[in-house]
Amino acid sequence: MKQERQTRRATRGEVGQVIPAISQLNDGSEDNRTGALTVLRRGLSVSPELRSGATITVMMALIVAVGSLAIPILIQQILDQGLNTETGLRTGFIYTSCAIALGIITFVIFAQRATYNRLVKVAETTILELRIRVFHHLQKLSLADHQEARKGILTARVTSDIETLSQFAQWGAIAWIVDSVIIIGTLLVMAIYSWQLTIVVIAIYIPIIPILKAIQRQQFLKYRDVREAVSETLGQASEAVTAAPVIRSYGYEDSVREKLEKANQSQYKRQIKAHKFFALLAPVMDIFSAMAIAGVIVAGSYIGPDIGLTSGEMIAFVFLTTILIAPIWELGEVLDQTQTALAGWWKILSVLDVPVEVVEPGIGKKLAEGPLEIRVDQLNFHYRTGGTVLHDISIDIPAGENIAVVGETGSGKTTFVKLLARLADPIAGSILINGIPLKEIDTATRHDSIQIVPQDGFLFDQTICENVLFAKPELNEKDVLQAFESLGLRWWLQKLPNGIYTETGPRGERLSVGERQLVALARAQLANPGLLILDEATSAVDPETEVALVSALDQLSQGRTTISVAHRLSTAERADSIIVFDKGHIVETGNHESLRKQNGIYAGLHESWIGNTRIK
Amino acid sequence: MNTPATKKEIPQDKHLRRGLDLIKRSFKIRPASHGIAITGACLFSISAVALTRVLGYATDEIIIPTLDQNSLDHRQLWIAFTLIIVVGMSRGLGAFLRRYFLAGARYGTELVWRRQLFNQYLDLPMSFHRKKSPGELLAHADNDMMIASLALMPLAFTVGTFFLSIVALINLFLIHPAIACIALILFPLLAGMNQVYSKRVITPASDVQEAVGNTSALVHESFDGILVVKSLGRSEQEVQRLRASADQIRNHRISVGRLRAIFEPAIYALPNFGVIGLLMVGTWLIDKESLTIGELVSAIALFGILAFPMRIAGIFFEELPRSVVALDRIDEILQLEINQKKNTGTNKINEAAVNLKIEGLEARYEDQLILDNINFTITSGEIVALVGPTGVGKSTIADMIGGLQKPSAGKVLLDNIPLEAIDSQQRNKVLAIAFQESFLFADTVEENILLGRNFNNDDVAEALETAQAADFVNELPNGIKTRLGERGVTLSGGQRQRITLARALVGKPKVIFLDDSTSSVDPVIEKRILDNLRSHSDITLLIVAHRLSTIKLADRIIFFNDGKIEGTGTHEELMNIHSYSTLVKAYETNGEIQ
Repeated sequence: MKQERQTRRATRGEVGQVIPAISQLNDGSEDNRTGALTVLRRGLSVSPELRSGATITVMMALIVAVGSLAIPILIQQILDQGLNTETGLRTGFIYTSCAIALGIITFVIFAQRATYNRLVKVAETTILELRIRVFHHLQKLSLADHQEARKGILTARVTSDIETLSQFAQWGAIAWIVDSVIIIGTLLVMAIYSWQLTIVVIAIYIPIIPILKAIQRQQFLKYRDVREAVSETLGQASEAVTAAPVIRSYGYEDSVREKLEKANQSQYKRQIKAHKFFALLAPVMDIFSAMAIAGVIVAGSYIGPDIGLTSGEMIAFVFLTTILIAPIWELGEVLDQTQTALAGWWKILSVLDVPVEVVEPGIGKKLAEGPLEIRVDQLNFHYRTGGTVLHDISIDIPAGENIAVVGETGSGKTTFVKLLARLADPIAGSILINGIPLKEIDTATRHDSIQIVPQDGFLFDQTICENVLFAKPELNEKDVLQAFESLGLRWWLQKLPNGIYTETGPRGERLSVGERQLVALARAQLANPGLLILDEATSAVDPETEVALVSALDQLSQGRTTISVAHRLSTAERADSIIVFDKGHIVETGNHESLRKQNGIYAGLHESWIGNTRIK
Repeated sequence: MNTPATKKEIPQDKHLRRGLDLIKRSFKIRPASHGIAITGACLFSISAVALTRVLGYATDEIIIPTLDQNSLDHRQLWIAFTLIIVVGMSRGLGAFLRRYFLAGARYGTELVWRRQLFNQYLDLPMSFHRKKSPGELLAHADNDMMIASLALMPLAFTVGTFFLSIVALINLFLIHPAIACIALILFPLLAGMNQVYSKRVITPASDVQEAVGNTSALVHESFDGILVVKSLGRSEQEVQRLRASADQIRNHRISVGRLRAIFEPAIYALPNFGVIGLLMVGTWLIDKESLTIGELVSAIALFGILAFPMRIAGIFFEELPRSVVALDRIDEILQLEINQKKNTGTNKINEAAVNLKIEGLEARYEDQLILDNINFTITSGEIVALVGPTGVGKSTIADMIGGLQKPSAGKVLLDNIPLEAIDSQQRNKVLAIAFQESFLFADTVEENILLGRNFNNDDVAEALETAQAADFVNELPNGIKTRLGERGVTLSGGQRQRITLARALVGKPKVIFLDDSTSSVDPVIEKRILDNLRSHSDITLLIVAHRLSTIKLADRIIFFNDGKIEGTGTHEELMNIHSYSTLVKAYETNGEIQ
């Protein structure tokens, strides 16, 4: 419960109201159960269209029930009224009742078709809207929230969790309603024929419930083992594949082969074990079904004559008994699916409870063009679940300055620049841009005036041109070419196979980190920002690209305020002023020469840097 | 991304033939499991038909006499009771055998195919791995494998269904030919409708899969790039993008739903139409006294159990093409021939002082010349740095020295003997390569250094010492026995590199190739490592360097440019070459703070 306490502490003083932290959205144990009714109620309030879905499903269930009950009733009627009378064969009655049954069954086919179509439409639309709503909400959350959530978790909420729910909607949810109606309908018809025999059938079928539950539980646990084994096998295989050069040059093949074989065998054994329970379900159902039929025949034979049961009713009763087993079986099978789906649904719904931190102003203030002046006063920041990241940061950055921010990993330098771009809001303190509080600046203006070039230079799996136009779709390729031109990057485009139409690959991986940053610079150039924030790549950039980056950045920073999170010596040396971060504080400010003389943290960093590059 | 099964248009009859191939292969792997599963399915079919006969018997001998004539025959009643229970149990046994042994057949087949796949991954040459992405190779072992074996699941049931149809027909003929005639109309209709349904649902069903895949990819990308999206204020557009993509899922699902709505109610209702026909014909026959009520009941019950098995058979024919295509993807790997001969060299070399000689080395990648006639010799005790712009082929040299890639021309010689002619055990002992990427296995530090080789504790300790890794390894919770990759054990890039370095250095190899494998190590520590190595005068050391500090530690530098050696000499000598000095100056500004 450590996490919960942390969450409470992190609710930023709003006592009495526990706000879910994004970290809570991470996958906990699978036994984390919220009551089915709670989930349903919350789900209904988010997706009210489910109500009409439920109505349609009940309608469909009634139609299906009528369809499956029509035949036993027809058999009973014909055997009792059409055949088994002193008057002999009543052909007219038989033909009439058969015609009626034919009509009913035909009607059921079409009615079922119509209701099912409606149902699918409602269910799929509900799921579509829920998916979009959750995705939209996640998009609105601050970057800090995104960083806190474990990678992939947020994606899962909008993909696999929604898929689970969708699958449940297609089968499990329908099964619950349709099967319940069929079971109740069948029992009702049975009771009309003979309530005594109905009790016999119920008594025989009742033990199925605990047995089913036990088997389901085992199956659930064993399939969890299977999933573990599968990920173990894949983990081993992944090593065998990614470490291929190491394995080959060190002659490690046989040991790896052994490990793979072990994982493979264990996966097989667990799969068989899990499947045993699936296999067990069938005979259990068959034996109960046979017992029920046998029980009905024996009990009916003994008490039938006394309660005036006709042979037709008895035969119909046997057929009804066999009808009953299928929906019971199906309900048993959807039991686990239901639990998983409800848990998934709850996880999805919980996303909507995470409060949006960065609230955009309705009508914001505009910024003038030209370089921006920044005033930061008593800024404090921490993540929802972590300790303080920035303490009382105060600094003035004059318009048009070229600033380098340096400090060790975790010193808060990156968080600082992210706050300047309003990717999260500070806990306390203020940021004024040209004298206007950052929170009051018009959203579109802010996005244009403050541009970030991210560290890894993430690109979408599109062409370079589309990536540059990402923020300004109204511009065209001429503008893109112009942007590269003005940054002196024409030669680089010419090097590429298709110029600006070169595909960048997933995450931009067909380009190097440095090249991705070049694209991001061109993108920033189009936006013509008053404040440019550059998060330098930590990994090595090849020298040619490095040179291109430096000169492009020189061009771009003309007439703008520029803040670089510096990982390179040269960047800091070139800056008008350097801000040094350490453990969430600004510890030193000044230019390169003055800081070197101070013999403080910057001087130390510089020392190790020199060692790195200019060792003698 | 896997291409959905239907996108590769294969004619239907071909599918069936190749599907049979797939089944045959699985049968060869697990004949007994498949045999028992099919036997179980047939037992199930016979029992199901038998149960309908018992119901007819109970109707004629018990229900009618008792309720219509009020004469209960106790002996008959208990015979019927026992028969129902026994037949019910044998039906259950059949279902259990079918389900349980099918699991054995399916997963047993997967086990063998997966083993074959893994063996290929281990035995195919490095060039194969360079061409394939790890994600793709893993998908073959995971998703493709699952789909390839999916069609095996309904296999036994399908055979059982054919068997059921035959037994049911014979049974109905025995009851009355007129009744069998109704079945003869009904059965083909049912089978045909299933076939049409199965055929028509394949495309929209795979469209759904594809749309789901596309949407996932979109969401992944959007959250991966959330910094870009947010800082540029493009969230609304991303939501629109998702809507368009998720709308595809919805539309395709609705199409599948529409097909389901057309076929499923009809397929399940079809036997009911048969029952109505039975009742009309049956009552007439009963009146003519050529049929008993019990026989009619038995026929009705039989019609009632038909729809479900027919549907399963339909699913089998739906799955088969998907499985065939998935197995094709796996087969593409399995059919690759491992033509790289295992090293059979027997020549021994003199380990006292091993020199490394590269003679006329040439490498091509897809007809492009990467390395052109490379010649150099490094003598024992020398430290040589390979310098050159990225992509110039330095790592290719490492691959060739390590025997991971064959040169298209030229030779690598140790002690003047070609690499492949040297006894492989001795070669592995003498030559060590530390790669650019420091790959660590999720195993103990010790195993990561040994990699299955026989070295003692002292060797490991010494290697750790030389690689400057002893200090931090000793501080790990269990020292060298600490498992890496577990919670709490996180190593920095430099530490990881030092462990891979120790892996290369264990057992004191004579020729060491460091492929930029100290790039994340602190320069001061790097200097200590290289000094350690230099103190052994018999070591031949080749370093690919990207840092000035590393370059300056070398005795001699070989400068590569455009696939050729452009110069050899000391750093100072090479500074006269313009391309060299530009490159090195760039390295100088490229130094990192941390």
